[in-house]
Amino acid sequence: MLQLANAENVRAEAQSLRQSPFAIRGLTVSYDQKPAVFSVDATIEPGKLTAIVGPNGAGKSTMLKAALGIIKPLSGQVTHLGRPVADEMHRIAYVPQRASVDWDFPVRVIDVVLMGLFRKTGLLGRLSGADRKHAMACLERVGMTDFASRQIGQLSGGQQQRVFLARALAQDADLYLLDEPFAGVDAATEKAIIAVLKSLRAEGRTVVAVHHDLSTVPDYFDNVLLLNVRKIAEGPVATTFTDENLGAAYGGRLATARIDPAAVAG
Amino acid sequence: MFLEALFFQLGYNATLVTFGATLLGIAAGVTGSFLFFRKRALVSDAISHATLPGVALAFIVMVTLGFDGRNLPGLLLGSAISAALGLFAVQWLSSRTRLTEDAAIGAVLSVFFGFGIVLLTVIQTMSSGRQAGLEGFLLGSTAGMLYADALLIAGGGALALILVAIFRRPMMMASFDPEFARSSGINLDRTDLIMMGLVMGVTVIGLKIVGLILIVALLIIPPVAARFWSDRADRVVVIAGGLGGLSAWIGASASAVAPNLPTGPIIVLTAFAIFTASMLFAPARGLLISAIHHRNFQRGVHIRQGLVSLAQGQPIYEPMTIRLLRAEGLARADGVPTPDGVARASRVLRDEKRWETARSDPALEMAAARYDGLTQIEDVLTPDQIAELDTRIGGPRGVTP
Repeated sequence: MLQLANAENVRAEAQSLRQSPFAIRGLTVSYDQKPAVFSVDATIEPGKLTAIVGPNGAGKSTMLKAALGIIKPLSGQVTHLGRPVADEMHRIAYVPQRASVDWDFPVRVIDVVLMGLFRKTGLLGRLSGADRKHAMACLERVGMTDFASRQIGQLSGGQQQRVFLARALAQDADLYLLDEPFAGVDAATEKAIIAVLKSLRAEGRTVVAVHHDLSTVPDYFDNVLLLNVRKIAEGPVATTFTDENLGAAYGGRLATARIDPAAVAG
Repeated sequence: MFLEALFFQLGYNATLVTFGATLLGIAAGVTGSFLFFRKRALVSDAISHATLPGVALAFIVMVTLGFDGRNLPGLLLGSAISAALGLFAVQWLSSRTRLTEDAAIGAVLSVFFGFGIVLLTVIQTMSSGRQAGLEGFLLGSTAGMLYADALLIAGGGALALILVAIFRRPMMMASFDPEFARSSGINLDRTDLIMMGLVMGVTVIGLKIVGLILIVALLIIPPVAARFWSDRADRVVVIAGGLGGLSAWIGASASAVAPNLPTGPIIVLTAFAIFTASMLFAPARGLLISAIHHRNFQRGVHIRQGLVSLAQGQPIYEPMTIRLLRAEGLARADGVPTPDGVARASRVLRDEKRWETARSDPALEMAAARYDGLTQIEDVLTPDQIAELDTRIGGPRGVTP
């Protein structure tokens, strides 16, 4: 049944847009003719940890990048608390995939974290002692203070990911968007990162992460957004992260990806 | 004579030319560093070759209008316009077609350069000897440079340095992590435009001294050499500026003494000598220091492995291990450990056990990650932490310290 807008729907939509720190409407991204992300609507709940889940090539990273204007979408609008994200980028911290940068680049760990302060200092501003202290405090939160003056190429993959997270912490944002923060990291790093994400939530901030490991979704996240080019489902993990929805997102490929805990226990 | 040139004692004009060249070298090294960080070094080659038709056309236009065809500001303006066209062509081809940037550079570079050479030939048939000097733009020449020309070059170099100082942070962030830079409000297109504009500016003002064929070397060699000296981008930029300035200073001085030598090649060869020295002897990343570190590490590993074998009563067959153990007084020629060797061996075993325990403790995991197999445990952990480990292992057993 086709439902057209009535006054009540319009009010409800306006309300949810105003409250959501990250609301996507009709986002479509296409590299050539074939869309990578097609007409996605999503309304991220404030103060929650949300996982974006879907198979390889489902457009998870592409959706994040397009929503932030890092790549140009074909169409769609994205808002932060009812205002266009383009005007609110100073309240948003983005953590790209670790593989997207050259780790042989001649910078030290502390220099990378200080990059998170670019918005604050601006083009001609100077970094103060307080800024450096703040950057060190961010490294402390991810357990990397000992590495502050190391060249980034000397770090392990997990340590590099923590440095990226520290740089985002330095931005002191309301909304944290992370692209595969747990990809290829060691167990200690995974624990450290999830602890930081949960502490961000405790501070009332919103966290959205592209996530690959289905087995940890219920432990780590409150909400889940299932994506496979189109949006499959979104909502609380308890009601949305169901076999039916996962089947719809992953097709027939899920049989071995998830083990039903009840079946194992029985 | 050369020394006099180096220290600015060859008269006012030569001094000014050398000064201008030095400033140009600094600007080229500094600007080139960002190009090197952004991994777009070859774009500068397309830009420089694309200047030639502009130089030739500017000459033709100026002569046709009845001015002096060798007017440097006029020629540089022409070169800037055609360099901008060439840069635009590279950008357009690589972003709007399926051509990769290197293919676009190859196409643009050769077409613009070919067109420029045709125009130079036309000029030779066209006018009467007044074109003399245009060839100087190919390989660079300081001969017959005017006071105003040198001033223009020095001023352009200084301006480029000021612009780099202003835009260094966005250029650095766009080079290291473009996606994050974009999310921090840095306009990547505009930043790249500034970077390429700077490169174009340095190329244009460097045409007269270094020449369009070799200016790319002055942009690239100093940063590549500087990279051997430091792991910090801000220092690489400063060192590259210094090396570029040094090359240009020496090159221009040599050219002041021997005016028949083309300036560009001398400057580039000087830069190359500096590059070679940096590659071999730089203390941070030079080949020599790397080889020494590698050798020391290898020796350390052999000694440690030998000690482990001794402690466990295993025979040692590796000749290098035996040789090193003997040299250190830890074992005799027949492979029997000396008392010193026995003590060291048991210490190695004990520390290995300590590390093993440390690795399984989440609180010590970060510290354990810093252990490369040879680090002394006392250098990484505090005495308290070690004591704590020892109680968990069951205390030190039969170890003579």
